[in-house]
Amino acid sequence: MGLFTFKGGVHPPYQKELSSGRAIKTAPLPKQLIVPLSQHIGAPCNPTVSVGETVKEGQVIGKSDAFVSAPIHSPVSGKIKKIEPVLHPLGKKVMSVIIDAQEDEEKAYLEPLGDDPEKLDGKAILERVRDAGIVGLGGATFPTHVKFSPPKDKKIDTLILNGCECEPYLTADHRLMLERTTDIILGARMIARILNVDRIIIAIEDNKPDAIEKVRGEASKYGIEVAVTHTKYPQGAEKMLIKAVIDREVPSGGLPMDVGTVVSNVGTAVAVCEAVRDGKPLIERVVTVTGNGVKEPSNFLARIGTPMAHLVEQAGGTTGKLGKIIMGGPMMGLAQPSLDVPVIKGTSGILLLQMENYMKVDYRACIKCSFCVRVCPVHLLPSTLSIIGEAQKWELAEKYGVNDCIECGSCAYVCPSKRPIVQLIKTTKAKLREIKAMEKK
Amino acid sequence: MEKAEIIVSTSPHIKSRETVPRIMLSVIITLLPAVAFSVYLFGIYVLFMYLVSIATCLVSEYIVVKLRKRPFTLNDFSAVVTGILLVMVLPPKFPMYGVVIGAFIAIVVGKQIFGGIGYNIFNPALIGRAFLAAAYPVHITSWIAPRIGSISAVTGATPLAAMKFSGVETSLKALFLGTVGGSVGETSALLLLIGSIYLFIKRYIKWQIPVSIFVTVFVLGEIFHLINPVKYPGPIFHLLSGGLMIGALYMATDMVTSPLTGKGCVIFGAGIGFLVVIIRLFGGLPEGVMYSILFMNAFVPLINRVTRPRIFGTEAAHAK
Repeated sequence: MGLFTFKGGVHPPYQKELSSGRAIKTAPLPKQLIVPLSQHIGAPCNPTVSVGETVKEGQVIGKSDAFVSAPIHSPVSGKIKKIEPVLHPLGKKVMSVIIDAQEDEEKAYLEPLGDDPEKLDGKAILERVRDAGIVGLGGATFPTHVKFSPPKDKKIDTLILNGCECEPYLTADHRLMLERTTDIILGARMIARILNVDRIIIAIEDNKPDAIEKVRGEASKYGIEVAVTHTKYPQGAEKMLIKAVIDREVPSGGLPMDVGTVVSNVGTAVAVCEAVRDGKPLIERVVTVTGNGVKEPSNFLARIGTPMAHLVEQAGGTTGKLGKIIMGGPMMGLAQPSLDVPVIKGTSGILLLQMENYMKVDYRACIKCSFCVRVCPVHLLPSTLSIIGEAQKWELAEKYGVNDCIECGSCAYVCPSKRPIVQLIKTTKAKLREIKAMEKK
Repeated sequence: MEKAEIIVSTSPHIKSRETVPRIMLSVIITLLPAVAFSVYLFGIYVLFMYLVSIATCLVSEYIVVKLRKRPFTLNDFSAVVTGILLVMVLPPKFPMYGVVIGAFIAIVVGKQIFGGIGYNIFNPALIGRAFLAAAYPVHITSWIAPRIGSISAVTGATPLAAMKFSGVETSLKALFLGTVGGSVGETSALLLLIGSIYLFIKRYIKWQIPVSIFVTVFVLGEIFHLINPVKYPGPIFHLLSGGLMIGALYMATDMVTSPLTGKGCVIFGAGIGFLVVIIRLFGGLPEGVMYSILFMNAFVPLINRVTRPRIFGTEAAHAK
């Protein structure tokens, strides 16, 4: 059988073997947790607790009335130490609840709804997804209940579960597929119930044969398809995945729902399953701690709010001269100034790379080699966009489709002139947003 | 752990090993078989031509970069490539002062005036040669006999000139191996092809360019050959003779001066192939590869504009 794939993309060294064989370990509780009140795309939450208050594990500590938002729950039982702005992995200071963890068996979970999707009401599941504070765990952190509430005129016929994990180094989803197979399938069926779709496809890259086999075995019981995709970055990017698996093209500026599909990460499916079956809100997630800067690369089940330094310590600490701390994978992850930032809902990995990976490279002029043109999965001319960006001709960049860029970084990865193409494109996009905002005024 | 030195920069956080110097060095290395053969074929003087040309290119680039206070670019080896390619397309006994002038023009006029590597519109080595062709019309058409050779050695003409002006056809085997008269490094189709294999594999050359040149030249050559087999040589002769191989494999494929997209490269290559055949058969000159490439170089910005790929999720490239 041919593999599902798309045009473009790159093959960076995957480095998954560092941690793919390591079973998920539950990380011991840190003494103190930092829980930002904004861990999703959308409106930040307001604290619903005050300093000095005692909270139970699973209790709501922040919420917002806005539709595009997700409530925040206390990941542990403990005492609220402070509520103050703290450096967030996204680079800004964000109002956060700092909790001193205390031993307490009692939990404040939601009421379990049951474990048979057939007997459950789609609306009830959707409500639960919102109440449990679930967001896209692939890293985008878009509130899941919003994604699962397409307008009436958008007919959804297919649910695609994303188990590609195309980012190098990361193995959290891989481990979930091996260790939580039944939960993934159950979660997928619950999501399908919300969307009222019959067709469920689970997409997995062919570099994870063990996961393919395991998932296929469980999926076949419910008529769920497994699509084996070509191991190529960015196979897991929503638009590329939809094109590869069901051959539909999400229109420029559009969403998957415009072509009748919804894509959800396998980790999100597990979260949905736990929220519905166990009443458990999203208070922990699997985090891959890896890279040549960490002693024992591992996969941890960690509470949201755990300082990254705590997890790195659990992985044996750092080794060598540290060059970069990255939240997420090496292609799209965010560089962090220190390990003091906490794990948030979107933290799929903590990647530590040694300084030797960052020998000084010269940023040269574009030599029009067109490597970037060849690999761009949305068929842009990244080289031209980078030159336009340098020349600060923002409007021209728009004509060249800069807003269609998914910032996957394939262009900058292959560039022999080591040009910061993604950075130039991000700047261009930001400038265009500024211009648009000015025009509105 | 020294926290102060943690790098915070935009993704991606890993980069491929490809670098500009690596690409340029690969080009140089793959040219070496043909370069070595040219020294054997035409004598030690040719070796000095190479050395003088490379040195002149490097010095010229250094001076301009210093004057313009631009970042140092000598370490990208692109000036070395230009120096080698220039000599490869000059006649073997070309006077040394001419080599110096050509190399200087190639770098200064062909490349640095436009802003240096990446910004030039025309292939620098060909600009150098074009200048020399205009300035020294006698020297640029004075050939010498190769050490091992065929009939053209007797007439002292290149196979193309022999064909055009005397109706003498050189054996295809000699053309393929390169035991014929002609410019320094252009004679051996075999060695140029062997060298370029690596560049094809690494995709350092946009394969559509040589392929579409070959196809166009073959088809057009065949058509004219069928019309008048006595007057017009066969298509294989066209492919193996003159500067076609070196032009198609190493000149037209210059990254900087060729189109960005595959489709653009096909148009570019077809244009070159068309012009080569037309100039060779109907022009005043026996050879037209240099002018064909320079002419098509000028069209690259236009080709890039009309061959922009369809952006994912849109109807056409110009959707907005």
